[in-house]
Amino acid sequence: MATVDLKDVKKVYAGGIEAVKGVSIAIPDKELCVLVGPSGCGKSTLLRMIAGLEAISSGTVSIDGKVVNEISPTDRDIAMVFQNYALYPHMKVYDNMAYGLRNRGTPKAEIDSRVRSTAKVLELDHLLDRRPRELSGGQRQRVAMGRAIVRNPKVFLFDEPLSNLDAKLRGQMRVEIKNLQRSLGVTSVYVTHDQLEAMTLADILVVMNAGLVEQMGAPLDIYEKPASTFVASFIGAPPMNLMALGRDGGQPHLADGAKLGVEPPAAATTLGFRPEDALVLPPDAKQGGFVLPAVVEAVEPVGAESFLHCAAAGSRILVRVSGRATAKPGDKLAVAANSDKIHWFDASGKRV
Amino acid sequence: MTPRVVFPNRVLPYLLVAPQLAITLVFFYWPAGQALYQSMLKEDPFGLRSKFVWFANFEKVLSDPAYMNSIKVTTVFSLATAIVAMSVALLLAVMADKVVRGKGIYRTLMIWPYAVAPAIAGMLFLFMFNPSIGTLAVLLRKAGFAWDPLLNGTDAMMLVVTAAAWKQISYNFLFFVAGLQAIPKTLIEAAAIDGAGETKRFWTIIFPLLAPTTFFLLVINTTYAFFDTFGIIHAVTGGGPGKSTETLVYKVYNDGFVNLILGDSAAQSVILMVIVIALTAVQFRYVEKKVHYG
Ligand SMILES: Nc1ncnc2c1ncn2[C@@H]1O[C@H](COP(=O)(O)OP(=O)(O)OP(=O)(O)O)[C@@H](O)[C@H]1O
Ligand SMILES: [Mg+2]
Repeated sequence: MATVDLKDVKKVYAGGIEAVKGVSIAIPDKELCVLVGPSGCGKSTLLRMIAGLEAISSGTVSIDGKVVNEISPTDRDIAMVFQNYALYPHMKVYDNMAYGLRNRGTPKAEIDSRVRSTAKVLELDHLLDRRPRELSGGQRQRVAMGRAIVRNPKVFLFDEPLSNLDAKLRGQMRVEIKNLQRSLGVTSVYVTHDQLEAMTLADILVVMNAGLVEQMGAPLDIYEKPASTFVASFIGAPPMNLMALGRDGGQPHLADGAKLGVEPPAAATTLGFRPEDALVLPPDAKQGGFVLPAVVEAVEPVGAESFLHCAAAGSRILVRVSGRATAKPGDKLAVAANSDKIHWFDASGKRV
Repeated sequence: MTPRVVFPNRVLPYLLVAPQLAITLVFFYWPAGQALYQSMLKEDPFGLRSKFVWFANFEKVLSDPAYMNSIKVTTVFSLATAIVAMSVALLLAVMADKVVRGKGIYRTLMIWPYAVAPAIAGMLFLFMFNPSIGTLAVLLRKAGFAWDPLLNGTDAMMLVVTAAAWKQISYNFLFFVAGLQAIPKTLIEAAAIDGAGETKRFWTIIFPLLAPTTFFLLVINTTYAFFDTFGIIHAVTGGGPGKSTETLVYKVYNDGFVNLILGDSAAQSVILMVIVIALTAVQFRYVEKKVHYG
C-alpha cells in the first residue's frame, strides 16, 4: 500500500550515455503504471532505479512518501519479476518463494502457510518440490510471480515478464496479472514494449521515447488524443495513418496535390487517422468532407477483421474493415474519415 | 551430436597416434611395470641379489608406523593446502569481481605466481621465513610468536602449506573468477530485492552456484598437494624436522633414493599409483559432467 513518485529522475551511465533524461511520474496507491516505448528508450533503466539496482544520477524516487534514493534494494520492500525470471536454480520452487520471507525473519509456520496459499492461487501447489530447470517457461513465469506476491511488498515491479511466453499464454497471464494486481491492491510498475499489454493493463500509461516521457495518462485518453506523431504511431495496432500536408499559397493539400475537403488548424503539417476509423466507400461516392480516392494494393484477412493496404494521395494507408473483405488488390475505392476522427500535428510532431 | 570423422585409410590413424603411444609406453607403462615388478622383490643389503617375495613389501610398508605417519602428514598437508589455496583464491576472486577499474590488470598480476617453479616458490618462502635471516620470521617473532620451522614440526608444516598454497592460489583464482562471471547478475539482483544482504547473498546464492567450480578445484588441489609439491618440500624442509613434513611422495624418494630400500619404495609408489588412478577416476566421473544447474 504505497504511492510511487518520480521527480525529474535522470540517469547518466558511465561513459556519458544519458538513458533517462528527466522523468516525473506520480503513481497513486494501488494503481498499475505501464511504461511503454521502443527498445532502448530507458524503460528498464527507470524501473531498475525504482528498484534500487541502478544509482539515480539526479532527481528523487519516493515510495510511500519517503525518498528512497539512498536506500538499498534490500530495504525498499519491493518485489520484481524479471524478464528471464531469475529463479534461483539450486533451490526448489518452495524455497525460491520462501527465500525473501526467510531473509526477513518471518516465522517458519507463517512462511509455510503463505507459500502454500500463494502457490494455490497460482496453481503451483503440485510443483513446489521441483527445481526451476524442471519447469516449463510458463510455470517458471508463475513461480517468478509467486515469489513476488508471497512477500506482500509495497510495490511490484515487472520488466517485460511475459515476453518469453507464446502469444496464447501471454494473453492468459496478462488477464491473470491484472486480476492479481487488483485483488492484492499493490501499486505496480510494469515495463513492456507490447502496446496491447500496455493498453489492457494500465491504469496509467506512460509512453516513453529516448529517455523522456512523450505522454502520460489513461490508456484510452492516449489512444483517442495522442500528444504527438510518435505516440500516434506507437499506441494502437496497426498504427495510425499519417500523411504530410503541403501548403502552397495558404491552400493545404496532400502529397499528390489533392484537396483535403476539411479545414486543418493553421499550424498543422501532418494529418492522421486510425485504420479502424477509416470508412470504405465506392470510388464514385459523392460525399463531402475528407475523402480520398484509393487503390487497394494488398488484403490481409485476419478472420474477424481484414486490413486493406491502399495507395492514396501519394502515400500508403491502412484501412480496417470488419469481417471478410470484398475488395481485391487492384480495386479502386474511396477512403473517408469523419472530421472528429482526424488528428492534426504540427511541424514538431505535436498535436494541434 | 557432431558427426564422426572417419578415416578411410586403415594404417594412417595408427601411424598418427604412434608417437604418442610410444612416449606413453616408454615413459609411463614401462617404468610403471618396472615399479610393479620391483615392489615384489627384496634386495640384499649390497644390492647384489634379489628375491621374489610377492606382497611382503606391501605388508611391511602398510604396517610401518612411519608410513602411517606419512599418510597422516599427507592428509593434513593436502587438506590444509587445498583449503587455504581455495579460500584465499575465492576471497580474492570475489574482491576482484567488485573492482570496476583496472580489472584486467588485477587479474593478470594475480596469475603470475602460477608461473613460478615449485622449488623456487619453496626457496622464496624458505628465505622469507628463515628463523635467522627471514624478513617475515623477524616480524613474526616481534609479534610474539616463537617461530622456528627448523625445529618445530607444526611451524614447518605451516611453512610448506603456505608455500604450496601460495603457488596454487593463482590457478584457483582464475577458475573462481570465471565461475563468478558465469553466475547471472539478475540472480544476485533478485536476491538483493528479496532482502538478502551481501554476506547472505554470498552464502545462499553465489557459493552454492559455484559448487561445480569448487568441487573441480578441490580435486585438482588435492592432486596437486599430493603429487606436485615434492619440489617445495625438498627445498624447504626436506621432510623434516623429524618426519613431520614427510609426505607419501617424499617418502618414496627418501626410502628409495636416499636410504636405497628399493623394494619398499617401489611398493609405496605402486600404492601412490593406485591413489592417482582413483583420484583421476573421481575427477572424470564427477567433474566432467556433474554438479551442474541449468
Ligand atoms: N549498464 C549500462 N551502461 C551503459 N549504458 C546502458 C546500460 N544499460 C543500458 N544502457 C543504455 O541505456 C539506454 C536505455 O536502456 P534500457 O535498458 O533502459 O532500455 P529499454 O527501454 O529497457 O529497452 P528494451 O525494450 O530493449 O529492454 C540504452 O541506450 C542502453 O544502451
Ligand atoms: Mg528493457
